[in-house]
Amino acid sequence: MKAFDYTRADDLSQAVGSPAMLIAGGTNLLDLMKLEVATPDALLDINRIGLRDIAREGAGLRIGALVSNSDCAAHPRIRADWPLLSRAILAGASPQLRNKATMGGNLCQRTRCGYFMDGHSPCNKREPGTGCAAQGGVNRNHAILGASDACIATYPGDMAVALSALRATVETEGPDGVREIAMRDFHRLPKDDPSRDNVLKPGEVITAIRLPAPFGGRQLYRKVRDRASYAFALVSVAAAIRMDAGRIDAAQLAFGSIAHKPWTDERVEKMLVGERPSAALFDKAADLLLEDAQGQGDNDFKILLTRRTLAAALAEATGE
Amino acid sequence: MSDTYDTPDTRDMLDRTRQGVIGKGLDRPEGPLKVAGTATYAAEYARPGCAEGVLVGAAISKGRVTAIHRDAVMAMPGVLGVYSSERMLRRAAQGTAGEAPEQDVSTVDFPMQPVALVVAETFEQATAAAKALRIDYDDQSDDARFMPSDDNAEPADDPVEAGDLDRALREAAHVVDAQFTTPGHASAAMEPHAAIAEWEGRDLTLWGSLQMLSFNVAELADSLGIDPKHVRILSPYVGGGFGSKLGISHEAVAAALAAQDLGRPVRVVMSRQQVFQSIMRRSETEQRIRLGCGPDGRLTAFAHEALVSNLPGEDFSEPVTQASEFLYAGENRLLAVRKSDITRLTAGSVRAPGEAVGMQALEVAMDELAEAAGIDPVELRKRNLPDAVPGEGTPYSSRRLVQALDAGAAAFGWDQRSATPCARREGEWWIGHGVASAARVNILAKAEARVTLTADGHVVVETDHTDIGTGSYAVLGQIAAEMLGQPIDRTTVQLGDSRLPSGAGSGGSWGASSTGSAAFRACEAIRATLAQAVGCSADDLLLQDGKAWAEGVDPRPVTDLLTEDLTRTGRIEPGDLMEKVNQSTYGAFFCEVAVNAFTGETRIRRMTGAFGFGRVLNAKTARSQCLGGMVWGIGSALTEALQFDSRDGHLVNHDLAEYHVPVHADIPPMEVILLEERDPHASPIQAKGVGELGICGAAGAVANAIYNACGVRLRDFPMTPDRLLAHLPDPFAPAA
Repeated sequence: MKAFDYTRADDLSQAVGSPAMLIAGGTNLLDLMKLEVATPDALLDINRIGLRDIAREGAGLRIGALVSNSDCAAHPRIRADWPLLSRAILAGASPQLRNKATMGGNLCQRTRCGYFMDGHSPCNKREPGTGCAAQGGVNRNHAILGASDACIATYPGDMAVALSALRATVETEGPDGVREIAMRDFHRLPKDDPSRDNVLKPGEVITAIRLPAPFGGRQLYRKVRDRASYAFALVSVAAAIRMDAGRIDAAQLAFGSIAHKPWTDERVEKMLVGERPSAALFDKAADLLLEDAQGQGDNDFKILLTRRTLAAALAEATGE
Repeated sequence: MSDTYDTPDTRDMLDRTRQGVIGKGLDRPEGPLKVAGTATYAAEYARPGCAEGVLVGAAISKGRVTAIHRDAVMAMPGVLGVYSSERMLRRAAQGTAGEAPEQDVSTVDFPMQPVALVVAETFEQATAAAKALRIDYDDQSDDARFMPSDDNAEPADDPVEAGDLDRALREAAHVVDAQFTTPGHASAAMEPHAAIAEWEGRDLTLWGSLQMLSFNVAELADSLGIDPKHVRILSPYVGGGFGSKLGISHEAVAAALAAQDLGRPVRVVMSRQQVFQSIMRRSETEQRIRLGCGPDGRLTAFAHEALVSNLPGEDFSEPVTQASEFLYAGENRLLAVRKSDITRLTAGSVRAPGEAVGMQALEVAMDELAEAAGIDPVELRKRNLPDAVPGEGTPYSSRRLVQALDAGAAAFGWDQRSATPCARREGEWWIGHGVASAARVNILAKAEARVTLTADGHVVVETDHTDIGTGSYAVLGQIAAEMLGQPIDRTTVQLGDSRLPSGAGSGGSWGASSTGSAAFRACEAIRATLAQAVGCSADDLLLQDGKAWAEGVDPRPVTDLLTEDLTRTGRIEPGDLMEKVNQSTYGAFFCEVAVNAFTGETRIRRMTGAFGFGRVLNAKTARSQCLGGMVWGIGSALTEALQFDSRDGHLVNHDLAEYHVPVHADIPPMEVILLEERDPHASPIQAKGVGELGICGAAGAVANAIYNACGVRLRDFPMTPDRLLAHLPDPFAPAA
């Protein structure tokens, strides 16, 4: 690990605009620092600046950025009204990690692409301009949608997938003031600058996650992985479905581990509305979702796996 | 008594002794230390003035180091030295090598091979300097081959050939001809490789994490060019080995050289990634199995061929067909392994070398043959147990395979299984059942142990044998307590110091039976002396709870018979019994899996294993070994695979986050049945090895259960969702 300066912020104002890298739970950042994939000159510890409340806000909920993943997943209102979020969090990592990991920090976790993590292979995300070793390499867990010539990495997390399906927003405070970013717009596609995972600006701090009024319906997080726990998703589907008289009344969907961001497609959500659930309908939804899907070799299977996982999730969410 | 074990010991001594601790499922005496964090592992010794070393891996796949720019790094804070020399190891030593492996790190044999050691006052300083060290190379990677292929392979051994295989296959009623692949496996243990080296004059003390100290002393001394008498290795606790610590590796020699140069202790701890990248891998395999049988299912043709790989110059080749030599009938035979030279890290012994990957393929092929012949797969196996090793005529000592199949089938409820696939669907999940045999060679190794019965009635067992988490402390104490009639809490076992008599070391499943036999013989010598004091023959001596007596002689405290400590050393060496009589260990696996009809995820629902491996020395540690083996089998079946980049041979998934071993959620309640038996051919304590048996075939049972569940016959391991997905039946189609 490269030597770095460490200071502790006492309140939010010290963090906003700070050139230092922020550290909260550190569950991903410390790993990356040990591997020298991340080599910050300075860390600013924000664990003592508050932002640990979960509070009602109209019909919705405001979750402080430093609430732990465990506390969020266990919160009675979240379990009752936004169960998708609770389930997605519990599908990730391990209890120890969830105890340390924070809501804001979780959104900022980096890809687990083996070539990004090894610290030496060509990687435009780690070292812009060096290339992308994952293309033509071991890329079983890489993107099938929204990849670019510069990067085929995936966003690996679970929680953000659920938040995308739930149409949550991210509240931030930066040198230019407070803003609210739709969760679906928070992470970005790699395009020609994969070094940026999200749209946060320098000095901008995540302060909260906002959940809109409860969606209701049936909510599930379906995570397909190589082993039953402690593995990143091969594909995940977050689904919230409301039914009305045997037809789909509303559908909110997001997909994990298939792109550089939690993948959402409003066309798919809209085409399901008013339809009776059937295997044929689920197939049509998958056709639309995956019309631009592109495998990289090892990960070609993800196209079929996404289709199947979507079908399984929709069958369960729309079933009796 | 001769040290050589060439006459079966049929006295059943440990059944006639009276203490009643042998075989009991006693807790490991060092267990509380380990769970409380007070057992000291290699890197944890506080040595005054200890400097910290960090290894630097090569940035090229193959070639030569042309320059190391030391000066810039030497100017960094705290840096004490940069080492890169002809004595440093390029490769880890193979198990039981007893001599230096490939040295001289100016040559690069494989990606990330250690080429330098940076030593500094602190670990952080050394890490920063190691990262900053600039090295120039003559990159010869263009000449390297990174992928194994048959056109680049040579026979690893003389093939076993008998009869007329082609004709037997032509004339067989049922034939299976199938190709299998297994990927490379990691042997990374919880405790990474670590060493602290400290010199006192010409004498080196090395605290290391090693499995076989007497070999390791020889390897280290040879690497350093010194007399082994100047080398002492301490390794009392080892946080897992799995073969990766059989021989010395890079960190030990580098630490010793740097410590010598600096005149102060040096510690070198490998990172998790370095352990994965530079120690040892199990070779990937390509296997072809051809089986032919008559209408009654009896094998007439048996062919098992494999392609494995290693670095150029390494003799070791994964002995894929090892169990195929003796397990099943089939007088027309071909067994052959070919080795391809490639540029990847060294391939060596990883837990259950050979059988771990050979048996899982063979047992799938047997399942396919059972289906082709329309015979229950349990019955097919029972019909094909030869009376003597095919082609050799060697008899078997003890073989509990029929009993294991029967006991396992009964406990598992095998009779409830559907013979046809896709018969049971529960929601999204196909449910299926599979069986496989277990088989593993047994080896007796040379060993020595010293046992003392102290004048105050304590038992002390001393040997340089190691405990790699397996229960050596427990088992050796039980043997001595049983033989000398002392309570277990008056028994102490000292291990892991190379100055103690040379045990067999932990490897090849031979530790407990070999070193245990040496301890047993030491105890026999003590018993002989006690018998004289009692005035009876050694055979008539009775010992229990610290008292000694004989028929017609009143019990007296043993301490009354002793005026001083009574110390004896026991030795054992293998004779020709291993060649004369096949002493292998056997078992059977039964597995229920659920396969997701949509996604191809496979989850184990329950698993039963039944095993016969001679005398059970400790029912708890033996069960744990079987359980651990079955978990390895599940990993081998479903998740574990080293992923090498085909362009440059480097290992991409080099940590336990991305190399997937099973986690708790993958392992349902598991049932282990221990079948007691006595094998006097194997050892005087009539015990055999159990450390590896539980793996050997386990993945085959999982694969067969997957087929039974969803009708997809996979022959490529691991059976991850991507491999099943495209072959699954329509998930929405109604169940049959």
